[in-house]
Amino acid sequence: MAMLQVAEPTAAVGPVVPRLFRVRGRRRETRDTITVDLQAVAPADESGFTPGQFNMLYIFGTGEVPISISGDPGRVDFLAHTVRAVGAVTQSLAAMKRGALVGVRGPFGTSWPVEAAEGSDVVIVGGGIGLAPLRPVLYRLLARREKFGRIVLLYGARTPGDLLYVRELERWRSRMDLDVEVTVDAAAGSWRGNVGVVTTLIPRAPFDPASSVALVCGPEVMMRFTVRELQARGVRDDRMFLSMERNMKCGVGQCGHCQYGPFFICRDGPVFPYGQIAPFFRVREI
Amino acid sequence: MQTLEPVLAAHPFFKDLKPEHLQVLVGCASNVRFDGGQYIFKEGEEADTFYLIRHGTVALEMAVPARGGVTVQTINEGDVLGWSWLFPPYRWHFDARATELTRAIALDGKCLRDKCEEDHNLGYELVKRFAQIIELRLQATRLQLLDIYGHAPGR
Repeated sequence: MAMLQVAEPTAAVGPVVPRLFRVRGRRRETRDTITVDLQAVAPADESGFTPGQFNMLYIFGTGEVPISISGDPGRVDFLAHTVRAVGAVTQSLAAMKRGALVGVRGPFGTSWPVEAAEGSDVVIVGGGIGLAPLRPVLYRLLARREKFGRIVLLYGARTPGDLLYVRELERWRSRMDLDVEVTVDAAAGSWRGNVGVVTTLIPRAPFDPASSVALVCGPEVMMRFTVRELQARGVRDDRMFLSMERNMKCGVGQCGHCQYGPFFICRDGPVFPYGQIAPFFRVREI
Repeated sequence: MQTLEPVLAAHPFFKDLKPEHLQVLVGCASNVRFDGGQYIFKEGEEADTFYLIRHGTVALEMAVPARGGVTVQTINEGDVLGWSWLFPPYRWHFDARATELTRAIALDGKCLRDKCEEDHNLGYELVKRFAQIIELRLQATRLQLLDIYGHAPGR
């Protein structure tokens, strides 16, 4: 079986110069997380992206943050980013009104191996806001549904109130050609779904480990345990892909802030085959 | 007459169990079903049974003052429910409630404890299997305790 590779990073035009975008719309996902739709001020600045890539979003006067693109890669008229307001820049971004200006650099980085996964079962494991960079790949897989075997989405969050894209989750769950399992770490008695960490969904998920590609994004601790469970099911290391996160700054592998062993996350990642980063995955000093 | 032996043998918890041990277990097993919302057992009650879930979902809950029933874990098809029957004082530590129609095999814990005392090979085999379940649940609980999706300082 051929070794799968992540897609090569696409060259961004003028990667250090922000392009002007306006907030076209915003949706509250949870109490601290919103999805912002950005539209290019100049139509020439519209750009596509591949699932898994991120942009650097510049809030003028506040700062710049790397945010995964969470929208449909089939839409080039706007870019969706799901932002959790946890610091000064993300709080400013989350508070922006329709029409506000944002600087955008990108898209940067590698993407999920959609073409290479054709003919395989695809298992998507997301934890918390880690579902955001996985949503574009799910859109892409569903747009080309006939090219893949079973598609399984396993999603874990802290509580029912922390679940992202609730309406979409319901729509996805109603599809006969997609298996969706959702779990939360804690819930009141009124919650009718699963309770437990997302890794507990893996042993009973309906996929063929020998022919599956796994796409994983979430807190690094969650990904460590997820890798272990996927390995226990028999998924090969070179068929697991993780989206890593470090302190991305320049986005083009120049500043070194996001160094991860011999890699720069912004340039060589964020999506890596697990086999590529396995030697560094449990090294505390990295 | 058809017995529950093939059903027990097909459940993941008893995978590859020796036929002579399965035959012993069949004598302690019965088919049960619970409607959605029905309590299977409650905290403090005598723990004299464990369940192999064949279909459905069971919520393990704890009543917390001012918060009501808090679900700490859900148990699904293919899972095992209950190990308090194995250890004194043989009392349940949580409530177990079926969240939907749930079908299971109930195994009489008292009956099994006696049989395990008579046949230590069977006892060791059962304890090994339960220890593995307990280890998996402990790992999952530790991960839950880390609150990995909680707030972290950010930008």
